[in-house]
Amino acid sequence: MAAVLDTARPATGKGTSRRPEIIGIALLLAALMVAPFFVYPFFLMDALCFALMACAFNLLVGYAGLLSFGHAMFMGTGSYICAWLAVTYGQPVWLGIIAGVAAATLLGALTGVLAIRRQGIYFSMVTLALSQLIYFVAVEASFTHGEDGLQPVAQGKIFGGLLDLSQPLQLYFCVLVIFAAGFLLIYRIINSPFGEVLKAIRENEPRAISLGYKADHYKFMAFTLSAALTGLAGATKAVVVQHASLSDVYWTTSGSIILMTLVGGMGTILGPVLGAFIIEGMQNYLATAGQWVSVIQGLVFVVCVLAFRKGIIGEVAARLGIRL
Amino acid sequence: MSVNKKHLFAGLMLVTTALIAPAHAAASKSLTLAVITDMSGLYKDAGGPGSVVAVKMAIKDSGIEKQGWSVKVIGLDHQNKPDVGANVARQAIDQDHADAIIDVPNSAVALAIEPIVQEKNKVFLIDGAAADILTGAKCSPNQVHFATDTWALAHGTGGAITKSGGKTWFFITADYAFGKSLEKNTGAVVIANGGKVLGHVRAPLSTPDFSSFLLQAQASKAQVIGLANAGGDTINSIKQGAEFGIQKGGQTMAPLLLFITDVNSLGLKTAQGLEFTSSFYWDLNDKTRAFSKRYQALEPLKHMPTWDQAAVYSSTLQYLKAVEKLGDATDGRKVVAEMKSFPTDDAVFGKGEIRADGRAIFPTYLFKVKSPAESKGPWDYYKLIAKIPADQAFRPLKDGHCPLVK
Repeated sequence: MAAVLDTARPATGKGTSRRPEIIGIALLLAALMVAPFFVYPFFLMDALCFALMACAFNLLVGYAGLLSFGHAMFMGTGSYICAWLAVTYGQPVWLGIIAGVAAATLLGALTGVLAIRRQGIYFSMVTLALSQLIYFVAVEASFTHGEDGLQPVAQGKIFGGLLDLSQPLQLYFCVLVIFAAGFLLIYRIINSPFGEVLKAIRENEPRAISLGYKADHYKFMAFTLSAALTGLAGATKAVVVQHASLSDVYWTTSGSIILMTLVGGMGTILGPVLGAFIIEGMQNYLATAGQWVSVIQGLVFVVCVLAFRKGIIGEVAARLGIRL
Repeated sequence: MSVNKKHLFAGLMLVTTALIAPAHAAASKSLTLAVITDMSGLYKDAGGPGSVVAVKMAIKDSGIEKQGWSVKVIGLDHQNKPDVGANVARQAIDQDHADAIIDVPNSAVALAIEPIVQEKNKVFLIDGAAADILTGAKCSPNQVHFATDTWALAHGTGGAITKSGGKTWFFITADYAFGKSLEKNTGAVVIANGGKVLGHVRAPLSTPDFSSFLLQAQASKAQVIGLANAGGDTINSIKQGAEFGIQKGGQTMAPLLLFITDVNSLGLKTAQGLEFTSSFYWDLNDKTRAFSKRYQALEPLKHMPTWDQAAVYSSTLQYLKAVEKLGDATDGRKVVAEMKSFPTDDAVFGKGEIRADGRAIFPTYLFKVKSPAESKGPWDYYKLIAKIPADQAFRPLKDGHCPLVK
């Protein structure tokens, strides 16, 4: 009882414990506003898509305690549907993104109904199995063009020429707006009464049920929301990299999302963003290192698990005595 | 003080602009070649660091540096992921000012890179990706294709083996687009040459256990078992086929995509008797032998060149010749048009040409892997069974439906 009330209190209190987070978020968004003038914009866009995905994943694992091992299916669905509409039917990309999110939400609801019936490792396995199912659909289905993938997604002008997405900076700020919207939505969800109930379920599910909360409904909602936001990130990524391919739905993508969240700090709002930038940065800037990239990634993971289990943000916050 | 501050500020601004602005002062006579390949996965031996070696050899042999050009080579890893490949290519063009993207084994990655190269008007030399749509529906004025493609592999292997007596076929096919199209194309060629396809079985991608598929193939009593798969799947099916004694039982296994480095890692005991098509073998003639010995001395693992690396050499050489003739590499479309305008002539493929659809034309060969007794030493792996002349080796221009061909 006490634990549930403890976690619920800050939201209704004066909000002092949220201040470091708000400062962090403000700094992050400010940094992202000026970043494209100093860092290669396409790297930033790619990292932002993965950051949004990791945040959506974190909503599930960090706040509802559900470790999904199948988030690649939502990302892949988002990116395939978006690319399919753009490539095969020549639709504008904004329509593709909306359709991609809708498809990922639907898939999230369907798989959520099945997956949340199980807990712990069984939940993870069910999501992994369903994700592999979607992977094989992507391999076999004719509209995905199998291993060749779908390309090129034409960026071009949208909204009647108002925005020209083939200009890197205009595209960057579009992606930033999408990221910020998704990120702030997640922040809002986490700090809403709904989010408090999720945390209560994470801490002690039978107790939350005994308090009268329908835990399965909450978990289902969290799962579907997470799927929708992951689909949004996937669809946006299809526009940025101009194609959809099998690697988006493959289980290793689910693995990298988990890695990003763990490295940055599970259950912290900023952790997944930092984790995504670190892991994507390694993939991008170490591309010349060849086979060492996977070794370095593995080492980072091992060091994280051994030395700072709360992730970078979690560990820094703990050192500074900030409660997240 | 305030004036000083202003000056300082202006100075800082200048420095910043200089740092951000592309360092393209010597653009006219400098070239950057980005080799985007698999540095860590299943195509590392076929392309990988060896492709970078091949590019450097081409630069040396072209003599372009003696003409006052400075050429920089960067080797990048696409990790077999199309999105990583696309990002790496875009970054190489935007930040390192790459004038050409070279190699790119793995068709999915090549297809993802293609629109970027076209948008930026650079040059794409495709040497490791075998999909025939690269010179078909997906052809572009910014690329040339030097790798043997799926059409050539299917027609070379299917046609030559059937003509030399392998009349009945059974396929073990990887269950995805590449495998299915290889099976379909090869089957059609077999039938056109008077052979018969007895059946096929579809194996899931990256399956570790081929036993049931191999037993079905064995039971079919077909003379030839065609392996319409690639990479690890090909290696596994050959290894397990040797365990079942398929080749000893009188059936021939015909992998449709094989690199000499695969034969090297399988060993002759396992690989003996395989029949397959390749555009290059180091021991073909004096020129290929001389080239390969030079290559071997430079390659970190002392491997002989694969057909991928040979194609990298050949295409880079043609590219550099075209750049030298034009005196300018900034307009990718112009360079590619120039590459097509004169015949290719090099140590690896001999004399040839590049067609309007970007397809480089040269002969291909049907090889059989030697038995350990026949092999005289390291890398003495293949014996030549048939030569497929250049005019028959590749898909006729009109059948590709490339939009560039009118």
